[in-house]
This record gives sequence, structure tokens and C-alpha cells, in this order.
Amino acid sequence: MKKAILQIENLTTSFRIQSKYHAAVDDVSFTVNENEIVAVVGESGCGKSALALSIMQLHNKQRTKSEGTIHYKGQNLLTLNDTQMNKVRGKELGMIFQEPLTALNPLMTIGKQIEENLDYHTELSRDEKKSRTIELLTQVGIPYPERTYKQYPHELSGGMRQRAMISIAIACNPALVIADEPTTALDVTIQAQILDLLKDIQSKTKMGIILITHDLSVVAEVADRIVVMYAGQVVETGSVKEIFNNPLHPYTRSLLNSIPSATNEKNRLHVIEGIVPSIAKMDRKGCRFQDRIPWIPKQAHEESPHLHEVGQDHFVRCTCYKEFYFQDEGDASTHDITQSR
Amino acid sequence: MWKFILRRFLVMIPQLFLLSIIVFMMAKAMPGDALSGQEINPRANPAELERIREDLGLNDPWYQQYIRWASNAVQGDFGISYTHKTPVMDVIEDRLWNTVFLALVTLIFTYMLAIPLGILSGRYNDTWVDKTVTGYSYIGFGTPIFIFALIMLFVFGFALDWFPSGGSVDSKVDEGTFAYVVSKINHLILPALSTALIATTSTIQYLRNEIIDNKIKDFVRTARSKGVPESNVYSRHILRNSFLPIAAFLGYEITGLIGGAVIIETIFSYPGLGQLFLSSVSLRDFSVVTAIVMMTGFATLLGTLLSDIILSAVDPRIRIE
Ligand SMILES: Nc1ncnc2c1ncn2[C@@H]1O[C@H](COP(=O)(O)OP(=O)(O)OP(=O)(O)O)[C@@H](O)[C@H]1O
Ligand code: SF4
Ligand SMILES: [Mg+2]
Repeated sequence: MKKAILQIENLTTSFRIQSKYHAAVDDVSFTVNENEIVAVVGESGCGKSALALSIMQLHNKQRTKSEGTIHYKGQNLLTLNDTQMNKVRGKELGMIFQEPLTALNPLMTIGKQIEENLDYHTELSRDEKKSRTIELLTQVGIPYPERTYKQYPHELSGGMRQRAMISIAIACNPALVIADEPTTALDVTIQAQILDLLKDIQSKTKMGIILITHDLSVVAEVADRIVVMYAGQVVETGSVKEIFNNPLHPYTRSLLNSIPSATNEKNRLHVIEGIVPSIAKMDRKGCRFQDRIPWIPKQAHEESPHLHEVGQDHFVRCTCYKEFYFQDEGDASTHDITQSR
Repeated sequence: MWKFILRRFLVMIPQLFLLSIIVFMMAKAMPGDALSGQEINPRANPAELERIREDLGLNDPWYQQYIRWASNAVQGDFGISYTHKTPVMDVIEDRLWNTVFLALVTLIFTYMLAIPLGILSGRYNDTWVDKTVTGYSYIGFGTPIFIFALIMLFVFGFALDWFPSGGSVDSKVDEGTFAYVVSKINHLILPALSTALIATTSTIQYLRNEIIDNKIKDFVRTARSKGVPESNVYSRHILRNSFLPIAAFLGYEITGLIGGAVIIETIFSYPGLGQLFLSSVSLRDFSVVTAIVMMTGFATLLGTLLSDIILSAVDPRIRIE
């Protein structure tokens, strides 16, 4: 049995917009086990960052409300105060952000920014901190760690900055690292290197990783499990193998079809158009996805869609997937598609 | 770095040259000269005046006068003040120091007010603290300095009589004594505070806005994600980045204070450069006027250079080669 590191149960995070709270993360539950990479995927605006920042408790408290539980080492992170949470952040949970240039302080050397993490969570002496930092920089594949130690963020390339960011996140050997689109801002070739690096670190440290991305192709290579989010909710979750071989929810299928590959690079076939509704405008009754698939008869949708277990550890929201077909497949082929699956 | 500073000094030469020509021409273009006042004096002999003019070189072509004036000025000799009958530099020297002291004390007051108020206002924005500080800033923006200074002078100088209402030092104390220093400072406080109370409001607002901008930056979130306590998130990340433009502004600020000394020194009858400038203009003592303008111009260029140097010292993204 795998050991669970983080258990999220019924997490709902709402933002105050003009005196009313709107949920950006809506009743989300999932578990991250030791030595496991869980990918959270979904389009822009579906609540991935809101989820990550809820785990880290980095939302502005005055405007944000988080309910539910986030179990970590026998405590519910949502009940901790700032002082207690500061002992968890950076030490137990590390975070990697999307844009490594803006995520690093422009006036501080890379070395100091990594050491800052050690300042608050270790008893190391100055020299020990420095050698630990150099060791970290080496570990993340920075070619001249001694030099980079003294450099400022603007002096590094995007890939190098993200490596430095990773070494900040892993400085105190956290049990879990949350990487919020760690490769989105980088070149394709660099993206692969960064993912390899994460995978490599993970295999050595046995830590858990929540890898947030809107790009399913990123997931296939590195993740163990996938959580697909739409409009703040989990719409489908399962092992990478299961999701890639047997995707059920129309949104998951659409995401999978939008992966560019040699065969369908030019014709973006079977991809559902539209965007994620904004949290203030969203209709929270009934199905959130039905507006994007108007060709599916209304009766097909459940009134209040629930997650159903459809296979081992494979959950999908609601039942209309049984009747769903892509609009550009035409009605005739519906049957085939259902069969071939 | 040193090369840069040297280069900037070299660039100053043509700038100062241009300024000197303009200043000189303007002084010449003014109606009358240092002796005009004598003409209405019935006892003055017109022929005698003309002879003095000739002696002083006032009848030479302008470029000859300019060259004579400029080559002396470079050596720090701005000629003789016609009204004070002493070398211009002697007239200016004491006044210059008075103005520099006033500017420094004003600067200290300005930042002593701006830094805590700006931090409070920015950190706790949209609370009653911030609203109070912002309210003060708006009053500051809307109040002309000369009106405010007159009120201060009336209230603290005359009505309450807490501070001297004019001069730069008590004439009864001897130079070099401790009482002399105390008296000097005592004379500085009212004009410096009056300027600072008004001038600080723009710095407060600037700092406030910088902090509000910076505190939602990504790198601040990164700091929090490392478990940095809130007070250190401010001191090590938010404030450092927010002080940057303000530190860089210091040079310009000094320049502005020296340039703006005219009003405040006149109101407080403080014997500084600004007051000397006004009186010299009305007495047509052009050798003094041109000297002051040249010095102020030089101070402006120095202030700009100072700002650039500070900026490159505090911001690693800006490196002077
Ligand atoms: N601080 C906030 N205040 C109000 N609304 C917010 C806030 N942060 C996010 N939202 C809203 O919550 C929803 C989810 O945003 P979130 O940033 O989590 O999306 P995301 O999935 O990370 O998207 P992306 O791929 O663009 O990063 C969006 O509709 C967004 O507008
Ligand atoms: S009703 Fe259909 S479209 Fe809506 S969530 Fe369920 S499966 Fe998706
Ligand atoms: Mg995001």
C-alpha cells in the first residue's frame, strides 16, 4: 500500500468579488502518495493555480475562503495559523512557479534566495548553508554553481532560472513539491529537460509532486495519476494509463485530442471549442460543461453531476459520457466511437 | 564605474558652457546695469559713470565680456559684487552653506516623515491608517508651499514664538560655540519642516504605491512559499524593491530643494542662496545672479549624476560600464 502524503478532501476555495464569494476550487478531493507525480490538468481559468495556492495557503486571507480539509502529517493545514503554516511552507511543502523571472527577487542573488529557505528551516551555519546551496545548484544541473550563486536572476536564462527556482523548492527536502506550470514559460527543448530533472529529483528523494499543467503531453511522460479539472471541479481522475487509454469525460477527450502530434497536427479534430466560464458568471446548478457541447441532448446530463467510479481508481463526473460524441464526428459515427472505446 | 563618472563630468562641460552663454546673454539683455541706479542720483557725474563703465569693461563687445567672465569663473572667480563691494564668491559662500544645510535638514525631515508613513499606508492600504495618510497627502498636494509656510511662520514664529522667525543664526552667539550650533539648528527647523511637510506627501504616495505594487508581485509569493515570516517578507523583499526608485530619486530631490529655496528663504528671511538671488536680481547685481545660476545648474547636473550612481549601486539590473 502506498503511503499518502497529502489528502485533499472537499476543498472549496472562494474569492470575494464585490462582497460575494465565488468558488474557484469547488469540492475537490484527491490524494498524493509518496513517490508519486499527480498531474492536475485543465484549461486556463479552471482553478489549478487557485488549488495550488490553497494547499500552500498563499491566498490573500482577506479576500479568500478555503473550506474542507487538507491533511498533511496528521494535521489539517487549513486550520493552521500563519506562524504554524510558515513551518510547513518551504520545509515540508515546496512550490515552483510558472514564470521564473518574476518569481525571483530581482535584487537578491540566486544564492541568497536559496539560502533564505535554509535560514528559516535549518540550524546550519553560514558556511554550511553556502555549501548546501552550491550542492543544490549542482543537483539541479546548473553548470557553474559557484558563479550562479553570486548571480542575479536577470543574468540567467529562463531554463537556468527555473532550475534555480526548483532548487529553492527542494532546498529543505520537502515531502511534497507543487509545480504550477513549471515549463509553460520555457522553450520546448528546455521544457523536456526541466521535466526530466523533476522526475530525476523525485526518484531520488521519493517526494510527491503535484504537477499542474494545461498540456497533457507533458503529463504522459512523467505523471503517475491525472486529475482533470474543469470550472473548479474534478471531472475525471485516474492513472495516466487509464486516462490515456480510456478517457471518458468529453472534456478529457477533448484535451487529449488537442495534443499536437505527427498525425493530427494540422486538423484539430474532435476538439471542443469554447472557454472556461469565469467564476462570477458561472452557473453552478447542473452541469458546467453542457454549454460547450450543445449538440448533446439536455436529457443526457445529470441534474447534479457526481463523480462515478467507472474502473479501478478511475472516476468520472456524471453519465452523459455514455451518449457523448464529437460534433464533427456526425451523428452516424457515434455508435462506432462508443464501440471502439 | 569611475570611467562612467569621468565621462559624465566631461559631458557636463558643454552643458555648462551652453548654460553660461544663455545666462550671460540674459543678464546682458536686462535693462540697465550695475551703475544704472546711480544715474538718477543728481550728484553723480555722467562722465564719471561712463569712465567707470569703460574701466569695468561694460562697453566692450559681449563676447569679449563673456570670455573674460567665463575664464575667471572657471577659476572660481565670478568678479566683484557691485552691491556688496566684495568678491562674489565671498558673498555667496556663507549663503551657499546656509542653503545646503537647509536642504539637508529638509531632506532628513522629508524622509523621516515619508518612510514610516509610506510604509504604513502601503502595507495597510485601504484601512483607516492609509486613508488618513492619503488624506494628508491630498491636503499637501493642494496647499501652495508659500501659503503653508506663511501659516507656519505666523503660528510657530510669531503667535507661539517657539522658533525664531528669521535669519540663520542668533547674532548674539559667537561662532564656534555649542550655542552657535544650537542656534543654527533652531533657525533651520521651521523653514525645513514647512517645506518637508508639503514636499514629503509626493514621496509618501510614491512609496505607498510602490509597496502596493510590489506586495502582489510573484517574487513576494515565492518568499512566502519559503515560509518567510510576514515581517521579513516586508523587510527583505517588498521594501527593498520599493525603496529602489526613491533612493534613485534622492539626487533630483536635492537639486529640487536647492532650486526651490527661493520661496522658503524669502518667507523666513533666511540668508541663503535663494534669498540672495532675489535681492541680487532686484538690485541688478548680475555678477551675483549669474554665479548663482551657474552653481544651481552645476548642482542640478551633479544631482542627476548622483541619482544615476545610486540607481546603479542599488539595482543589479543596471550596471554602469
Ligand atoms: N485572487 C483572485 N481573485 C478573484 N478571482 C480569482 C483570483 N485568482 C483566480 N481567480 C479566478 O479563479 C479562476 C481560476 O483561476 P486560476 O488562476 O486558478 O486558473 P488556472 O487554472 O491556474 O489558469 P491558468 O492556466 O491561466 O494559470 C479564474 O476564473 C480566475 O479568474
Ligand atoms: S452532464 Fe455531461 S457534460 Fe455535464 S459534467 Fe456530466 S458528463 Fe460532463
Ligand atoms: Mg495558473
